[in-house]
Amino acid sequence: MILASNLTKRYPGGFEAVKDTSFSIEAGQMVLITGHSGAGKTTLVKLISTIERPTSGSLVVNGQNLSALGRSAIPHVRRHFGLVFQGQKLLFDRNALENVLLPLQIAGLPRREAIRRAQAALDKVGLLAREKANPIALSGGEQQRLAIARAVVNRPTILIADEPTGNLDSESGMAILDILADFHRVGVTVVVATHDQSWIARCHPNVLRLAHGKVVA
Amino acid sequence: MNAWFIHHRAALSAAFRRLWATPLNTLLSVIVIGIALTLPAFGYVALDNLRDLGRNASGVQQISLFMSLEASKKDLGEIESRLRQAANGKWKFVPKEEALKRMQSSEGMAEIVASLPRNPLPDAFIIEPANIEPEALEILRKEIAGWPKVAHVQLDSAWIKRFDAFLRLGKLALWMLAGLFGAGLVAVTFNTIRLQVMAQSAEIEVARMIGATDGFIRRPFYYFGALQGALGGLLAAALVLAALRLLGGPVGELAALYGGNFSLRPPGIVETLGLATLGAFLGWLGAQLSVSLSLRKLD
Repeated sequence: MILASNLTKRYPGGFEAVKDTSFSIEAGQMVLITGHSGAGKTTLVKLISTIERPTSGSLVVNGQNLSALGRSAIPHVRRHFGLVFQGQKLLFDRNALENVLLPLQIAGLPRREAIRRAQAALDKVGLLAREKANPIALSGGEQQRLAIARAVVNRPTILIADEPTGNLDSESGMAILDILADFHRVGVTVVVATHDQSWIARCHPNVLRLAHGKVVA
Repeated sequence: MNAWFIHHRAALSAAFRRLWATPLNTLLSVIVIGIALTLPAFGYVALDNLRDLGRNASGVQQISLFMSLEASKKDLGEIESRLRQAANGKWKFVPKEEALKRMQSSEGMAEIVASLPRNPLPDAFIIEPANIEPEALEILRKEIAGWPKVAHVQLDSAWIKRFDAFLRLGKLALWMLAGLFGAGLVAVTFNTIRLQVMAQSAEIEVARMIGATDGFIRRPFYYFGALQGALGGLLAAALVLAALRLLGGPVGELAALYGGNFSLRPPGIVETLGLATLGAFLGWLGAQLSVSLSLRKLD
């Protein structure tokens, strides 16, 4: 469960990307964070995934107050999240399988077990046949699916995606949506920041609408 | 297999991969580190050999005790008893008759000795103390000089002091040189690791976002620095060994010309491992400084 109370994020210079916002997301929900460009979607996603720290207010995820976390505890909390970044952030000096292996190496899994799980994740997103391919050789949609495979390989309780279909055509975008919906169906909490309103009609998620850093609906 | 062991094994193999991935860079870095360690290491071995040479040179560590001419057998027994208590080492009694015989056998001395009305030489003891530090020898000399019926105690302390001062000066210069080259080694590693951190900034950023601890990110660089330093240390040991091999023959010939038998002692396995460990430590230190500063910039 994610519970935000009076959450504010102010950047150096005084700009408030998120202003005194409160909301809750139940475990197992699929939630869309929508809003125009600059509404604060990415900042909110970064706050939930501990990439940014709140300026004030509290943010409790799975019973842990992220606002009060020490620096050394953050990496361990992040391992419970699956993150799909805006722009994927894939590593182009290694192949698809090795990209997916990274979270498992961080978790300290034995290599054989890690490879088995990475291949299962690639299979889940339809990329097992391309496990040896360098990400640069993959299409935009495939790269996004690879990013999802890396996000879910550690079996996260919360899957967080920031504009996962931003640079994709509508067909590839729908394929990504279907994959995320599949994870939601097996009980994973899915939080997606997007400006794509067509998602709402397709999978009827809960919606957090942001405007000028505040939840408006 | 626990996660700690898996992490360290993975970091070590990542470090080996990085060393192997850029063989020319690795070779050049190892050569620079090797040369930086060779100079102080060679200096250390040379001083060590000089110290051995000084210790083995005949007469250097000996004290000659000359009894007064009227000393009796009882007095000699007393001196022997005191030597047993005071001088931890060896000593040899040289009776005055034997000293005279030796003198007679010396070229041109037979006639002079024959013309003497009586034996002018005293009984003597030649002492080789176990502790041959100049200070200890001087203390022992003073103590012996105060014993009954001792006419004269001779210690070539000036030579020993000069030699010891030279060794101390050499040691100090060596430490300064080692410090200088050690700093150079740290700087070489620092720069190599800094470039690596910059080249892998994308991977570091992603790894942090998906839950990598600082330790996970730093470890491969630490292993890299330590491995590179250790290889440099081993190269330095090999260079010192090669230099000693080259110098061994001429030094032996020189010693033979002076009637001695001296050979250079090469670094042993302990010294070689010590050099590799020192290189590894300095490499690790360079990596530690570099990673800390570079990661702070990436924060």
